[in-house]
Amino acid sequence: MSATVTSPRPRLRPRVLRAGQVSFVLRPRVLLVGLLAVAVLLLAVLAHLMFAGRPLSLGDVLRGLATPAGTPPRLTLQVQEFRLPRTVAGALAGACLAVSGALTQNVARNPLATPEILGVTSGASLGAVSVLVLAGGGAGGLSGVAAALGLPLAAAAGAVLFGGTVFLLAFRRSQDLLDSNRMVLVGLGATAVATSLVTWMLTLGDVSNAAQALTWMSGSLNGRDWDAVIPVVAVALPLLLLSAMAGRWLLLGSFDDNTARSLGLPLRVTRPALLLLAVLLAAAGTVLAGPVAFVALVCPLAARHVTGAVVPPLGVTALLGAAFVVVADLVAGFLLPHALPVGVLTTVLGAPVLIALVLRSQRRTS
Amino acid sequence: MLLDCSGTHRLRAIFLAYYPWGSAVTAVLPRVPLAEGRRRRAPARGLGAAVVLLLAALLGSVLIGGLESSLADVWHALATPDGSVADVAIRELRWPRTLNGLVVGACLGIAGCLTQAHTRNPIADPGLLGIYSGAALAIVTGSLLGGAALEAPGPQAVLAFVGAVAASALVFAVGSASRHGVTTVTLVLAGAAVTALAGGLVSVIVLSNDAALDTLRFWQLGSIAVRGGMIPGVLPFLVVGLLLAALNIGSLNALALGEETAASLGVDVRRSRTVGVAAIAVLAAVAVTLAGPIAFAGLLVPHLARRLVGLDYRWQVPCSAVLGAAVLLLADTAGRVVARPGELPVGVLLAVIGGPFFIHLARRRKLVSL
Repeated sequence: MSATVTSPRPRLRPRVLRAGQVSFVLRPRVLLVGLLAVAVLLLAVLAHLMFAGRPLSLGDVLRGLATPAGTPPRLTLQVQEFRLPRTVAGALAGACLAVSGALTQNVARNPLATPEILGVTSGASLGAVSVLVLAGGGAGGLSGVAAALGLPLAAAAGAVLFGGTVFLLAFRRSQDLLDSNRMVLVGLGATAVATSLVTWMLTLGDVSNAAQALTWMSGSLNGRDWDAVIPVVAVALPLLLLSAMAGRWLLLGSFDDNTARSLGLPLRVTRPALLLLAVLLAAAGTVLAGPVAFVALVCPLAARHVTGAVVPPLGVTALLGAAFVVVADLVAGFLLPHALPVGVLTTVLGAPVLIALVLRSQRRTS
Repeated sequence: MLLDCSGTHRLRAIFLAYYPWGSAVTAVLPRVPLAEGRRRRAPARGLGAAVVLLLAALLGSVLIGGLESSLADVWHALATPDGSVADVAIRELRWPRTLNGLVVGACLGIAGCLTQAHTRNPIADPGLLGIYSGAALAIVTGSLLGGAALEAPGPQAVLAFVGAVAASALVFAVGSASRHGVTTVTLVLAGAAVTALAGGLVSVIVLSNDAALDTLRFWQLGSIAVRGGMIPGVLPFLVVGLLLAALNIGSLNALALGEETAASLGVDVRRSRTVGVAAIAVLAAVAVTLAGPIAFAGLLVPHLARRLVGLDYRWQVPCSAVLGAAVLLLADTAGRVVARPGELPVGVLLAVIGGPFFIHLARRRKLVSL
């Protein structure tokens, strides 16, 4: 991470507030950006509720949400049962993936690292595809129970299994610290296993199952209802809170090992803890929305740039991730002439960002 | 590999090793002599072991199948065929398949080794040049436009070859457009762009067309079973690819020290890169034509070869060829045995066995480094 922080305007420089024993760093720019991000997310959510389907007016959406006396039940049903779950799922998935990306990048000390490297995504795909193919049956698709419980559970199991395996194998007993090169290689091996099994499973079932699986694998928010969303909310919110608490480790963790240790960061504890949080958050996000590509890569970077901070503030990262996925889902699913899964759009938007990043880093070194 | 996030995931993994901070390229180079110096390898012995393994794999591939055969049967079928069931099975089915595995494995091994050498990146594979996604796009487009007529193995092979060559030519053209000519980074970037583009198009086509998806899902498994008869058709390309690779081997050791050092040692860096990339493209295109995408072989085999013969590319490249063929044939034979009476596709078995082995390699050595 670049070592110097340059704020454009002196008024927005961080300052320390002291009250007796207690001191606190106030970062006006982070605060400002955070408030802006909240506003953007709110706008995105409202727009999603208005335009995800037959356009509703803003008044209708607000009435459907608040249900004052005299609201037609059809409107309440439409907003609260049909549209809101999808919006919440998108926002939460975006937040989880973005924070997970920030944590992974910090642990690997590499801004291109993402939880997908850890095998989480391919593991989740394996779980989901095996349910879709093995339990899917004929062209009719999934039965109710399998759809509501089996698919998310299998995806979660696959994600945690593969992510956990990579997590455990990337550490070596002799060197207690994580080597990010080894992590990448181990992740690649695990990914190869899972992906080839997915490829094979796609050939087993009916082609409609394969199409369904493919849609899931590109990252899609189609047909999310409260039954699918609420369990993940229950898991993801505590995880997000925990990562907010762990966020104070990030700054020291971005230095090299010796510096971090000599500044008092217990790397033996913090690194595994951060990585585990990253794996679990990525699993939660992937269960909700499938592997939406590039959210975990782009959002922490964007957060770092807009706040001018050395490490991405996790709150802003989460807000940006949520807004990004909600907006992308709105555009991909409803505004384009041909409805696409949200992940296809994020890939198309994200790939140039990745390329620009590599180009810039290359220019800096040469 | 192809359906997974349009290949973007692998690309990111490859980029990871390019990033200046804590990256393989900057951090690892000085470690190479240390890591290798502890135990001196005898390269000839390693290559010998690989050849023995290949012979065993060849024998197994010819002998083991749906029908049990003895060595005498095989000899009988090849030398004095009389049209019996066993003869036909061996001559028409098993022998072409074995030959196909031999060619494809050797191509993938060499292409993988050259890719990792030129990019100096231990997690690169020939897919870097957009070959697999280009071939997939051609296959899918063929199915979309040509319908069932283009879904037989023969037309598919032609489509795959055209797609692979077109994609790698595009990558090479874009990658060499900068002032400095072909550098690894521009090449990787161009590969990423082309892969993302082709992958996105493939996604859009197969998400909207079930017939195309049906074609793709079987093609992308990768199999050496059906296209053994097409070896004569690709023979010229195979020969050209092997020649280019042979021409390229001499400069690889110098290139491993970095471009500037190599240039000061008298290597024409630009020419060497061009020859190398052409060799990779042609060999990988031959492999993808004959067998579909078996991407993991290109990644795994060079690592095995390095363990056997060390870092000297004059040994590593031939050893990768031998090992590639051996590994592919072994995986194919195992796929026939474990799932009788059906069979598991070679790509699946290769990754399921090779993946954990790859992890083991990554954990055991100080670092898998180039």
